[in-house]
Amino acid sequence: MQKHLQRISCRNAIVSLPSFIACWKLSIKNIITHSLIYIHPLTCLLLVLINPNVMKAHCALKPVGGNFLCYINVVFSVLKFPDAAGYVGFANLPNQVHRKSVKKGFEFTLMVVGESGLGKSTLINSLFLTDLYPERYIPGAAEKIERTVQIEASTVEIEERGVKLRLTVVDTPGYGDAINSQDCFKTIIQYIDNQFERYLHDESGLNRRHIVDNRVHCCFYFISPFGHGLKPLDVEFMKAIHSKVNIVPVIAKADTLTLKERDRLKRRILDEIAEHGIRIYQLPDADSDEDEEFKEQTRVLKASIPFAVIGSNQLIEVKGKKIRGRLYPWGVVEVENPEHNDFLKLRTMLVTHMQDLQEVTQDLHYENFRSERLKRAGRAVDEDVLDKDQILLQKEAELFVNNVPGQDIPFASIQALFYCGNDLNNKTSPKHKAGGNGGSFVYVFPVGNITMIRGTLSN
Amino acid sequence: MYINILILYISYQFLEKNSIGADLFGYVGIEAVLDQMRMKTMKAGFEFNIMVVGQSGLGKSTLVNTLFKSKISRKSCTPNYEEKICKTVKLHAVSHVIEEKGVKMKLTVVDTPGFGDQINNENCWEPIVKYINEQYEKFLREELNVNRKRRIPDSRVHCCIYFLPATGHRLRPIDVEFMKRLGKMVSIVPVIAKADTLTVEERQEFKEQIRKDLDANGICVYPQEEFDEDPDERLLNHRIRESIPFAVVGTDQEHQVNGNKVLGRKTKWGIIEVENVAHCEFANLRDLLIRSHLQDLKDVTHNILYENYRVRRLNESNITFSELELSSWPTENGTDKSQL
Repeated sequence: MQKHLQRISCRNAIVSLPSFIACWKLSIKNIITHSLIYIHPLTCLLLVLINPNVMKAHCALKPVGGNFLCYINVVFSVLKFPDAAGYVGFANLPNQVHRKSVKKGFEFTLMVVGESGLGKSTLINSLFLTDLYPERYIPGAAEKIERTVQIEASTVEIEERGVKLRLTVVDTPGYGDAINSQDCFKTIIQYIDNQFERYLHDESGLNRRHIVDNRVHCCFYFISPFGHGLKPLDVEFMKAIHSKVNIVPVIAKADTLTLKERDRLKRRILDEIAEHGIRIYQLPDADSDEDEEFKEQTRVLKASIPFAVIGSNQLIEVKGKKIRGRLYPWGVVEVENPEHNDFLKLRTMLVTHMQDLQEVTQDLHYENFRSERLKRAGRAVDEDVLDKDQILLQKEAELFVNNVPGQDIPFASIQALFYCGNDLNNKTSPKHKAGGNGGSFVYVFPVGNITMIRGTLSN
Repeated sequence: MYINILILYISYQFLEKNSIGADLFGYVGIEAVLDQMRMKTMKAGFEFNIMVVGQSGLGKSTLVNTLFKSKISRKSCTPNYEEKICKTVKLHAVSHVIEEKGVKMKLTVVDTPGFGDQINNENCWEPIVKYINEQYEKFLREELNVNRKRRIPDSRVHCCIYFLPATGHRLRPIDVEFMKRLGKMVSIVPVIAKADTLTVEERQEFKEQIRKDLDANGICVYPQEEFDEDPDERLLNHRIRESIPFAVVGTDQEHQVNGNKVLGRKTKWGIIEVENVAHCEFANLRDLLIRSHLQDLKDVTHNILYENYRVRRLNESNITFSELELSSWPTENGTDKSQL
């Protein structure tokens, strides 16, 4: 919708009326939505009396050429209202939702999994144009042998044009490094389950106002470009998590492949994914009433999975322009050139389907988890502690915890939390209890003074 | 005073000549022995056994094809070849005779599909260790025979090229384990595979890191420092040691660059020339393996590594000597060792 600021200045009240009506008619056709009309104050009153619903005007009295004229900024409603009588106004709802969500901000959790050295950190930094990993320490081979997979979550708040995004990136260093990688995905699956567990617990609690959504919405799985397709480790891992999280396979370091090799690898990967019955995230088809451009974009995106990407945050000068890329003796690979790699497509997909990814996580994966969990809990009910007093104390504590962080919590309720929180999630140690802002644990020590310590998520 | 100097000078000249000893005062023709050697070896031909080890997809077969400019890898030889990851490590040896300017070479390439590809890669080096020992054993048996063949067929592995994926970080645990165990048995030449994914700075950093890791873990790769014989060799090898592991790119396709046909990989952002030293170090690897150090590799294998194996083997089998099935084994004192 185009906004034209049309200034119609007139002194004579009678003359101004036709101009006002003209503006009104034009707004019906969505030609103008704003109109600055300078009219006589009496005319203004008249107009307001005639159509109080039609216009929202604010007047300012300012002297114009010696006369006192009324400057009305006539704001026509943005939407069509051909028939004022039949117009209810709920067509405004998308605007309200939009305004509310912009105020609230968005949350998104992205997990990156892949062997070390595939460029995961570089890609994340390139995607979100931030530096999430300022000081990296890469351990040596001897240390890597003893290490198990760690989970590291870093949160960053990004703001763009007033829209806030709270992005959490969950990294999994140590994946696939060891000689025997059989246990490396157990930690990751445990983490995903823990997040679901926590959300389930919060959802079933008494105070649901401040539920923090830490569930993993999307998992970028990095496939090595050096192989001929998927490795056994890739297949096993994807089979284990495809029912818990949206998998987006990504071919890393794609500048090592020529065009033919890239197509061959993509086809090979898709064949193997189909062969093993792995369910990766499917982009939803564009609705039939969307415009052609969007449909075409969705088609192109769907055809390019898995995305072959290159990441870089170094600026290189090419033909006088500074662009992000990698400088080789034989040429420059541009990160944002769609002919060189699929980085732009990946970014477009992530940005336009962020909402959809969250929805699928909520509707599909979380619901699956929930039904499994409740079925399991139903079967094992005789093991739970059914002490009413303890449960009451626990609920009381929950109300406090979710309401005002930092307030004094009655000691007894904390103890109840301490003990009752145990059976809900057998895997976590009794000292951990979720709450507070996302990405942090609230450690509660019921010994002596009650201190609240916040920490970052780490196993 | 001047006469003294003159006398000293003349006597010095005599001394010099005497210390050298036999000074030829005419042309004898000793240098013709080189020609004889050359003709003999040309008729007999050379044998060279090379083993390539690395994860699937690192370009091992392509590199071997590029090195010897012919289709000799396992992929080119098996009809209807499909790339599948094997469940266990199998060793696959393919032999070819290639000829250049009258010099014949019997080249055997031993491939190791399945290495490092599984989820659990523990002991994936064992089949390789077994194979190498078997070849040494075969040679030992032939050598210990009473009626020996004139030319014992040499199937010992002269060189093992180990492919490192170009991660840009460090050596992985599996690399360290493999090279530790095999460094004492065979000459390992580590190589960074598919190096067109690293920029020049990243390549330097990666190489330095690898060299540090190799030192830290006490791994000896070819050319081994302890086998250097004279200062010239040491200097030459030192220069090589400064630049290992070589960052290589392999291909068998040719493209036109500036009017010449070069081996290279064509991408949207440029053509990577394999034999251009500014692009990758393939030329250095080829020179090392074929043009300058091929005979040295064979010598090291025969004189040092094989001898180590032999000594170890003969020491252990002292007690169970009869297992070697020898009819008689005369020693210095004339006693028959097989009777012990």
